[in-house]
Amino acid sequence: MERDDLIEYSLDTHHSEEHGKALRTKIWKVTLLLTIITAVEVALGAYIKQSSDVWIYVKWSFIALTLLKAGYIVMVFMHLGDERKWMRNVILLPYAGFILYLIFIALTEALAVGSAWSGVAA
Amino acid sequence: MSGNTVQLNSKTLWGGKESPFQTSYGKLMMWFFLVSDALTFSGLLVAYGFVRHDTLEAWPIGEETFNSLPVLGHGYPLIYVALMTFILIISSVTMVLAVEAGHRMDKKGVTKWMFATIIGGFFFLGSQVWEWSHFIHGSEFGRIELMDGSEAIVKGHFGEIKNFTVIEDGLHHKKGDVITADLMHTFQHAAKEGHIEKGGKIHLHDGSIAKVNKEHDHDLELTVKLTGSDSKRNIGDKIHGKEAEALYYASLYSGTPKVTYGAPWFEDGEHWLPTKNEYGPQQYAHFFFFITGFHGFHVFSGVLINILIFIGVIKGTYHKRGHYEMVEKTGLYWHFVDLVWVFVFTFFYLV
Repeated sequence: MERDDLIEYSLDTHHSEEHGKALRTKIWKVTLLLTIITAVEVALGAYIKQSSDVWIYVKWSFIALTLLKAGYIVMVFMHLGDERKWMRNVILLPYAGFILYLIFIALTEALAVGSAWSGVAA
Repeated sequence: MSGNTVQLNSKTLWGGKESPFQTSYGKLMMWFFLVSDALTFSGLLVAYGFVRHDTLEAWPIGEETFNSLPVLGHGYPLIYVALMTFILIISSVTMVLAVEAGHRMDKKGVTKWMFATIIGGFFFLGSQVWEWSHFIHGSEFGRIELMDGSEAIVKGHFGEIKNFTVIEDGLHHKKGDVITADLMHTFQHAAKEGHIEKGGKIHLHDGSIAKVNKEHDHDLELTVKLTGSDSKRNIGDKIHGKEAEALYYASLYSGTPKVTYGAPWFEDGEHWLPTKNEYGPQQYAHFFFFITGFHGFHVFSGVLINILIFIGVIKGTYHKRGHYEMVEKTGLYWHFVDLVWVFVFTFFYLV
């Protein structure tokens, strides 16, 4: 039996030589950027101690750099940046909503449980 | 129920030639799968954050725990994990180049870049094998409970064990024998059992006693991770040099030392779980194995899927079909694996 589900869908699956060339330049630029970000993260992690006064800033810059890296991977490598706006929203918004809430509630609860335990220990 | 009739054209529906968001069915379903998988990983990382925040004991510090390289030894904080991250990023790049080549119907290009991606995947898996093995076996010094009840991790150069010279007969070894095999393993096993005495006299299994001929340790540094009930030390205190050496060996040679090497997976042949580990709380090792293991399983299945698609590319299946969308779909999965690692890298190793 001939499969009709395979042939039909070929939306946005072709581009020209020129477009390809521009795309490759973009890919290599993003590669360089991701590598530099990773190198910066490792340098910060290796040289600034967790006991240091500036650690709190280092921690938040790790999180910011991670989101930047993730953004480039999702938008460029996974081409989500090139998809329709509402496809982007359908994927990202519910996810972001759930996870931000989960992080908030779990960490709040964790601190409460931790302080309860330290009360027991004292 | 009247007045608003819409003429449906079957060609604009899914199953025809149009799709929601101008995206093919397969690609959109892959995205939906990835969103659900991302929620699973988020759940794991948030659970890790929960346990880390509610634990009173000092949590391990990435740069202290992961500071070794194969062959070169210690003193390279986070370099190995950075290398693993780099391997995965590069294999993501080769994947996106394969997708790009597919859009130009460049079969040779797709073949080349897909092949590179698969090699990158194997490199990552191999790196993870070494990392797990290193994590399980641990450091030469291990984690030690000092005589005052506080626990410390130990950094420094462990003097090489040259041999054991037998000084008292046992069942197998006779006085004067020189043992040169399996030294480190025997030493650590005896240390855990309290079978090494002052002066480096080791009691072997066959009842013989031997002298441990070992080079001098250098640059010892104890970092207190848990304070004993009658201890004046604080978490984070560091003790260096001769004093550190004296404290370490006083405990190790005490006859009842409490020393832990690495993250052993079972104890007394009963528990099939990591028990106490040298890095920190038990849950730390549990999360290490589960999160990096679950991610590693994704990498493994990603490599398998890539190989299947690679075969399709070589056979010309997609070329005949007129488009390389299958490469794009497996590419989405592969990039996702890279994406997850970016977060694991930050929340497990850096922060």
